[in-house]
Amino acid sequence: MTLLSHGGAPPGGKEEPVLSPPGNDANAKRERRQIFWTRLDLKVSPYLFISPFFILFAIFGLFPLVYTVWVSLHDWTLLGGNQGFVGLDNYVRLVQDGKFWNSLYNTFGIFVIAVVPQLLLAMYLADTLSRKVRAVNFFRMGLLLPYLTSVAAVAIVFSQLFGTQFGLINYALGFFGIDPINWQGGTFSSWVAIAVMVDWRWTGYNALIYLAAMSAIPRDIYEAASIDGASRTRQFWQITVPMLRPTIIFTVIVSTIGQMQLFTEPVIFGGVAGGTQGQFQTTMMLIFEEAFRFNNYGYGSAIAWTLFMLVVVLSALNALLSSRIKGA
Amino acid sequence: MTTTLTPPKGTAPAAPQPAEKKRKNKGSTGVPEATPLTYIGLSLTVLLSFFPLWWMFVVATRDSAAASARPPYMWPGGNFLDNLERLFANTSANFTLGLINSAVSATVLALSVVFFSSLAGFALAKLRFKGRNAAAVGVVLTMAVPVQMGIIPLLMLMEWFGWRGQIIAIIVPFMVSGFGVFMMRQYCVQAIPDELLEAARMDGCSTFRIYWSVVLPALRPAMVVLGLLTFMTQWNEFTWALAVLTPANPTVQIAINQLNQSAYSRDFALMFTGSVVATLPLLILFFVLGRQLIGRIMEGAIK
Repeated sequence: MTLLSHGGAPPGGKEEPVLSPPGNDANAKRERRQIFWTRLDLKVSPYLFISPFFILFAIFGLFPLVYTVWVSLHDWTLLGGNQGFVGLDNYVRLVQDGKFWNSLYNTFGIFVIAVVPQLLLAMYLADTLSRKVRAVNFFRMGLLLPYLTSVAAVAIVFSQLFGTQFGLINYALGFFGIDPINWQGGTFSSWVAIAVMVDWRWTGYNALIYLAAMSAIPRDIYEAASIDGASRTRQFWQITVPMLRPTIIFTVIVSTIGQMQLFTEPVIFGGVAGGTQGQFQTTMMLIFEEAFRFNNYGYGSAIAWTLFMLVVVLSALNALLSSRIKGA
Repeated sequence: MTTTLTPPKGTAPAAPQPAEKKRKNKGSTGVPEATPLTYIGLSLTVLLSFFPLWWMFVVATRDSAAASARPPYMWPGGNFLDNLERLFANTSANFTLGLINSAVSATVLALSVVFFSSLAGFALAKLRFKGRNAAAVGVVLTMAVPVQMGIIPLLMLMEWFGWRGQIIAIIVPFMVSGFGVFMMRQYCVQAIPDELLEAARMDGCSTFRIYWSVVLPALRPAMVVLGLLTFMTQWNEFTWALAVLTPANPTVQIAINQLNQSAYSRDFALMFTGSVVATLPLLILFFVLGRQLIGRIMEGAIK
C-alpha cells in the first residue's frame, strides 16, 4: 500500500524515516501518505471536475460537427453506408438544386418578416413598461408567458387559428370585409403565419431584455433633454435607441442564429416538406428531409455544413458591424 | 414592486435594480407617467399572449366539432375528461409512454446538467490549475458554436451505439451544457467567498468534499434556476427527438405531432387536449419560477 501510494516519488524516499524519530515511524508514514494524497488532490481534481464537460462535448457536440464535413464529401446513405469519396460532388449538386435555394429564400424571408417587427415591437413594449406603470409585475409576467410554453403545442394551436375555412383569424378578418386567406397555400401568407408564431413566443422575451437595458440609462440625460424641450418621441429615437445599441446588436445576433435554424413551427404547420410547393420549407427542414426521409446522409451533410458556415459568417458580420458602429 | 423582482438571497443582484431604486427616490421627475394609452397597449399585449392558450383550453374541453363552430366558443365546456380518456387510449400517439419519456429524460438531464455544470463551474471559478483561462474561454466558445448542424453524424453515432429509437439517445448527448458551466462559474465567483474554501481546506477537506459540503449548498438558488431551465428546454425539444425517436417510443412533443400529422380526420379536441397536457408542466413552472426568470433574463444571464 505504502509503496503504491508513493507512486512517482523518487527511490531516495526510503531514507526519509531517518528524519523522524524511530518510534513514530507509522505516524510519519501516515502523514506522508496524507500529504501525497492532498497534493494529488490539489493537482488532479480541477481537471477531473472540468473533464466531463469537455469529454461529452467533444463526443456529442464537436465530433458530429467536424464529421459533417467528412460525410459531406462522400456518397453516404443509411442503407448502403459509405459508398466512397466523391469530392465536392454534393456541393456541386447543392448549387444546382432549386430546393436548396428555395429553402434559403424561405429562411431569409421568414427571418426578415419575423425579426424586424418583433424587435421593434419589443422595443415599444419595453419603452412602455419603463414608465410608471401600476401592476408592472403582472404585465411582465404576461410578456414572459409565451416563452414558457410548449413550442409544438402552440404551433398546433396557431395552425388551427390560421385555418382557411374554420380558423379564427380568417373569421376575424371577415368582419373587416377581407375574404378568407389560404394561409398555408401561399408563399408570403405562410411566411406571415409562421412569423406570427415565432413573434408570439419571442417578443415579450426580447422586451424584457430591452427593459433591463433601458433602466440602466441614467435618467439625467432624459431630464436634460426635456428641459431643452425635446419631445418624448425625439427622446426615444435620440437617447434610448442609441444607448441600447449593444443590446440591440445582441438580440439581433441571437435571433439570427435561432432563425437560421427555424424548424418546429413550420414543420407543425405543414410537415417537413414545407407545403405543397415547399413554399415554407426552411433549410433546416430540407436537411431533415434529405437526411432522414430520403436517408441521404452525404447530401444532407453538405447542406448542413453550408448552413453552418452561413450562420458563422452572419454572426461574424454582425460582430464586425457592431464594432464598426461602436468605433464610429 | 421592485423588491419582489429581486432573486432570492445570494442570487446575483439584478443589474437594473440600482437604477430603478434611484428613479424611485427621485420622485415624480424623470420617469414619464403612464397614460391610458400605455395601459391599453399593455393590456392588449397580455391578452394576445394569453389568448392562444385560452383557446387551446376551450377547444380541449369541448367536442371535436367545437373548433369550427360559428360564432366560436369562448368559454370551456365539459368534455375535458372524455378527451383525456380518448387521448390516452389513442394507439397511434402513445401518449402515456410519451409523457413518461419526457418526464424521465427531462428530469435526468436537469440533474445531470446541474451536477456537471456546478462541478466544472466551481473548478473554473475557484480552483487554481494550469490552463484554467484557456478552459474558461473554451466553455464560452462551445456556447457560440451551433452544434445542431452536426445532427446527421450525431444520428449516425446513435446508430453505431444501437441507441436509435431509444430514450437514451435523447439523454446522453445533452448531459452537459456550456451555458450551464458559464452560469455556474459566474455564480461561484459572486456567491462563494475564498475564506470559506480556505477554512474547509484547513479542516482537511478534500476538493470533492469541499464541492459537496460547501459549494453545492451555496449554489442552490442558481442550481434551481438552471435545473428548471434545462427541464423546460428538454421538455420542449422537438427537432432531435423527431430525428432519432419513432412514434412507437415518442416524447410528448412527438406524440402531439403524431396526432397533428394524421391529416385526414383532424380531431382538434384531441390535438388540443394533448397540447394542454404538453404545456401544463411548463405553465406550472412559469408560476413557480416566473419572477426569478424575469430577473435572470433582465440580467442577461439567459440567452
